Order: sequence, then structure tokens, then C-alpha cells
Amino acid sequence: MKLLLIEDDQKTADYIAKGLSESGYVVDRAYEGRDGLFMASGGGYDALVVDRMLPGMDGLALIATLRAAEIKTPVLILSAMGAVDDRVKGLRAGGDDYLVKPFAFAELLARIEALLRRGPASGATVKLKTGSLEMDLLARNVTRSGREIDLLPREFRLLEFLMRHAGQVVTRTMLLENVWDYHFDPQTNVIDVHVSRLRQKLDKGFDKPLLQTVRGAGYRLNVE
Amino acid sequence: MPVTARGIDIRRFLNTNAFRIAAVYFVLFAASVLALLFFFYLSTADFLEREIEATVDAEIRGLQEQHDFQGLVTVIHERSAPGGRADNMLYLLTDPLLNPLAGNLSQWPREARQMRPGWFLFPIKVSTRNGPETHNVLCSVFVLGNGDHLLVGRDLHDATVFRNRILTTLAWSGLIALGLGIAGGVIMTRNMLRRVEAVAKTTEQIIRGDFAQRVPLSGSGDEFDQLGSNLNVMLDQIERLMAGMRQVTDNIAHDLRTPLSRLRARLEVTLLEKPDTGRYAEALRETISEADQLLGTFNALLSIAEAEAGSRRDTATVVDLAEIARAVAELYEPVAEEKGLVLRFDAPRPVNVRGDRHLLSQAIANLLDNALKYTPAGNVALSVRGADQTARVEVADSGPGIPADRREAVFDRFVRLEGSRSTPGNGLGLSLVRAVARLHDGTATLEDNNPGLKAILTLPIAPEQAEPASSDPALAEGA
Repeated sequence: MKLLLIEDDQKTADYIAKGLSESGYVVDRAYEGRDGLFMASGGGYDALVVDRMLPGMDGLALIATLRAAEIKTPVLILSAMGAVDDRVKGLRAGGDDYLVKPFAFAELLARIEALLRRGPASGATVKLKTGSLEMDLLARNVTRSGREIDLLPREFRLLEFLMRHAGQVVTRTMLLENVWDYHFDPQTNVIDVHVSRLRQKLDKGFDKPLLQTVRGAGYRLNVE
Repeated sequence: MPVTARGIDIRRFLNTNAFRIAAVYFVLFAASVLALLFFFYLSTADFLEREIEATVDAEIRGLQEQHDFQGLVTVIHERSAPGGRADNMLYLLTDPLLNPLAGNLSQWPREARQMRPGWFLFPIKVSTRNGPETHNVLCSVFVLGNGDHLLVGRDLHDATVFRNRILTTLAWSGLIALGLGIAGGVIMTRNMLRRVEAVAKTTEQIIRGDFAQRVPLSGSGDEFDQLGSNLNVMLDQIERLMAGMRQVTDNIAHDLRTPLSRLRARLEVTLLEKPDTGRYAEALRETISEADQLLGTFNALLSIAEAEAGSRRDTATVVDLAEIARAVAELYEPVAEEKGLVLRFDAPRPVNVRGDRHLLSQAIANLLDNALKYTPAGNVALSVRGADQTARVEVADSGPGIPADRREAVFDRFVRLEGSRSTPGNGLGLSLVRAVARLHDGTATLEDNNPGLKAILTLPIAPEQAEPASSDPALAEGA
């Protein structure tokens, strides 16, 4: 997997690039907006990590230019601006995800992984299947090995998100943002409690746990 | 070039907007006064002239009625005798060669020799108490049937005197009106300037750093008072914001320095010890966790600052507070259950407020988080009600509560009660709740729940006609 990192701060770029390389990615770097745009327009990358404020050309303008040129490489925006408005602007410009600085490296890794393995658009799918786990999005029911699991609406959405990212690490922030649409830190580990409830329902009567906690990062729904 | 203080004063005065306005009004005022007086004079003069002509005409008609010569002479004698009934009338009857026959005029005037019909004007010498004077006479002449000539005229002296008196009166009243206009303009301008200068002086003092200054008000409630009181309200708000900023800076200095130095010390001590990978890893993990806490505090401070700055006010839409609270209750319900607490949610009907969904969610989440954290056993109730144009969110718990004298203090940043230090938290939750309440023109207070604590958030209810806006779809599918 080949990534392009467009980040003007040398130190930040160094540590992100190092971390990504150690995680098995090939990382190219650009320190300036126009260079980044030039490199990205070749289209040879699997994903772009773009800092929002760049010299030469603003990050959002860069993304908008790429999208106008029909280049659909997934983009993760990095920004120090974390207000809801700022996120909306970033996503409107054509970004696929928005990560506020400072961030945990595990968070960045999980989000890049999510971008790279994005499934088909949510509207098109009616059924999700992960190993023995099946979810019918129209009938809104879930079965494991044919046995029906009774879920509350929010638990259903939580599981849906996990199934769409099956096999990937999903962080608490990602869950909070995507399942609850909250962009603040609820202090108490509310997400953990929700996940452990879901886990109980999923694993009840089964030996093999499906939902795994990844230390220091988040959760992963195992693909059996 | 030396300029006297007075010179500066006058030049400044002439340059002011107030003076310009006053000057324009004065010119308009003067023009209308002059026009009024001019027309008054014209119509008076015209009226006088017609009066005189009418009198002369009537006399002529009366004399023409005398058919025989002797009768005419008698009437002229009668009328022109001193003390006769028309003492400023002049009569002269002459033969065809203009030799006087009767009347009180000594000779036929040169101006009327042509004998054309119409009006003639000629001067006569009159001796009065003040000595000889020249008076103008307006006359009409014609030829009688026997060839004699008749002249009837009227001395214009009285009319002239009258007209001059009117002219003088008008001139004086014009002058007085203009004088009053100038004086009024000057007083008004001065008055306005004084009020404006008071504002300017206050702002200058504030610019120089004296933030306690306020614009003096006259108490009349006029536009200047309104301007002044608006400025004062604005200054109060700025002062409060600045005080808040200063407090934040102080608190950051105090409260972030401690964990930062602890973090630094841990790393330093680890380096001093014998190199050991296992110990290093442990130290790094602890450092990361402390850094995360610091970042959490930082983010909380930023959220508060944003809410206080009111920077999201423009994004405010109509939202259903009951629905927002329901979602938060649902988020925390498993937490309550795990702790063995009963979380009750009660919001019978929608309560629409104008606000920011994310901030309101966060505020209610903070209240609920506190209640769940500090209630060891029992129940927590979240309710949303709307009455009297006020939306009311209540979070009541059966926990230990907060002593009455500390209930205000806990809204300040970083304030944590003794005994709560063992519970995780940064002392910023309630500060955010209050900042969010203020941003939405609402209040955040704490009350006794007997037993326990009741946190109350009130917001103004949005006007009926507005439709509740849906949540932001752009963020729903981000990853």
C-alpha cells in the first residue's frame, strides 16, 4: 500500500512517515501544497494524508482540485482546527475523513486502514456478512450461525459499523463520531460499556469471542 | 506655525459633523424666513397701492356726477378746504389752458400735461411741522365736457410711511429669527459635540488601558444615552471575556504546569536509572497516558473558549432539546446500569430551542457524567420540560450533593471539591456547561435535591414558526 503524506511540519511528517513505514506502508512525502497536488495527480497512491494548512496551496483547495480532476484517491485530512464547522468544510471539500491534531498514532493508523478498505457505498448493500455473523439492513435483524440476536437500535448501528470495518481496528473516537455523531470526549468510557454490552449479546452461547479489544487502540471484529 | 488653542477649538468646531448639520439647517431656515417675509411685504405693498387707486377712482366718479360747473367748483372747494373730509386728497380744476380755477393744488403738474388716461406720479412740496418735505402724489387726469381739465390725486406720504414701517418691522423680525436660528444652532451643535466628546474621551481612556471607564449617561434615555449604554454593555462583555481569558491563561499556567513537570520528571528519572527496556516501555506508556490527560484538558479548555467566544452562534439552528437529551441519556444508560444506578429519562414532548446540537449534547453529557460519577448508589433523573418560553433541563441525583456555599464555585475552571480528587476529571465539565448556557442566552445552576444535587440548565424556547433542523448528514459516514 502506497501513501502520500502532505505535511509542511518536518518533525510531524518525520514521525508520521516513520510510524506508517513501520506499519508496513510505503510513504512518499510532500512539504508543500503545489508539490503535493502534482504528486497526487499522478494517481499512483492508495490514500492521501493531507494537512489542512499548507504553504503554496491550502489543503482543502488541493483536495477540491483533485476531486474536480476526477481523482478519487481517499483523503484523510489532518487539522488543528477541530470545530464541527471545520470538519464539515473539510468533508465538503472532498475529504473522506477528518482527524484533529493532536491525535494518537493508533487513531491515524485505524483511520487510514478504514479508508483503504472501504466497502461499497452504504446505500447499495442490503446484507452484511462477517463469518457466521449476518446482518439484514432492511429487515433490521442479526443472526450468528443462524441464531437471531436481539439488538437495540443503537447496538444495531454499532454492529453495522463494526461489520463494515470487519478485520480492521476501529477506535473509540471513530465509533463516537460515526455511530453517535458526537465530536466531544465523553470522559467516562461510555463506548467501552456499549461495546461490552454488544459483545455479551454476540457471544452469548458461543465459545469464540467475535469482538476483540485492541489495547491502546480500540476494537476489532474478527473475521473467522 | 503657532496656532492658538482657541484657533484649534474653532477649526475643530467648524470641522464637526454637528456643525455642518446645524449650518445646513440654518441656511434652510434663513432662506424660508426671508422668503416668507418677502412675500408678506409684496402682498402688503400691493394691497396698499390698490387701496389708494380705489379711493382716487371713487373720488373721480363722484366729481363726474356734478353736471353743472358751479356745483363742481363748490364740491372741490368743500373737499379741499383745510380740515375737509379728505385731507390727503388733492384736486385741481383748470381751464383748457391749464389756468387753475379751483382746488388745493397751485399748478398743473408737468408730468400730467399729456392728458393721457391712466395714473401719474409727481412730487409736491409740502410744509409740515418738521419743515418743508417732498411728497409723492398719485393722480388721474381727464378733460371735462366743456374743455376744462380735472386732476384728482392722493398724497402718498402716509402710505409710504406705513410701508416703511412694515419694511422695518419685517427686517427686525427677520434679523431676530436669524439670530435665534444661529444661537439655537450653536447651542445644539455644542450640546451634541459635548455628548459625542464624552464618548470619545471615554474610549480614549479605554484605549490607553483604563478598562474600568464607562460612557457617562445623561439619564434622558435619548439616542446618545442609548448609544452610550450599548457601548457600556459591550464594554462589560469585553471586560468579562478578557477576565475569562486572563483566568484561563492563569489556570493553564498553574494547572498544566504541574502535570507537565511531573511528566518531565518521570522521563528524567527513567533516564537516570539503569537502561532497562521493560522499564522504559512502562515509563513511556505512563507518559502517553499523562499526555492524553493533558490533551483532554486542553481540548476541554478550547471547547469552553469557543463556546464563550460565541463563534458558533451563526451556525445555530432550531433543535429539539428533548431529542438531544434522549440521545445523551441513551449514551450513558449502560454506564448507569453497570454502576447499579437507575437512570430515568423524562421528556414528554419536544422542546425546540435555537442552538448548537453538538454543544448542547456535550453540556447535557457533562451534567449526566457528573451525576453518574458522584452518585455511589440510587438513581439519576434527566428531564426536559418547556414552560413560559423557557426550556429546562434537569439532572437530579441522589448522591452526596454540594454544600450551598460551593455551588457557584464549581462552575469556575479547574475547581474540584475536596474528596472528589480521587475521581477522574479535570474540573472543566461544569465550566463548559455554563459557557454553553451563556452562549444560548440561558443559565446553568445547581440546587439541593434533598438529598443529592440537581443541576438545571435553562434556555429560551425558539419561536413557534421555525422548523427543527435535522442533524448534520455530512458527518454521518466519515470513515
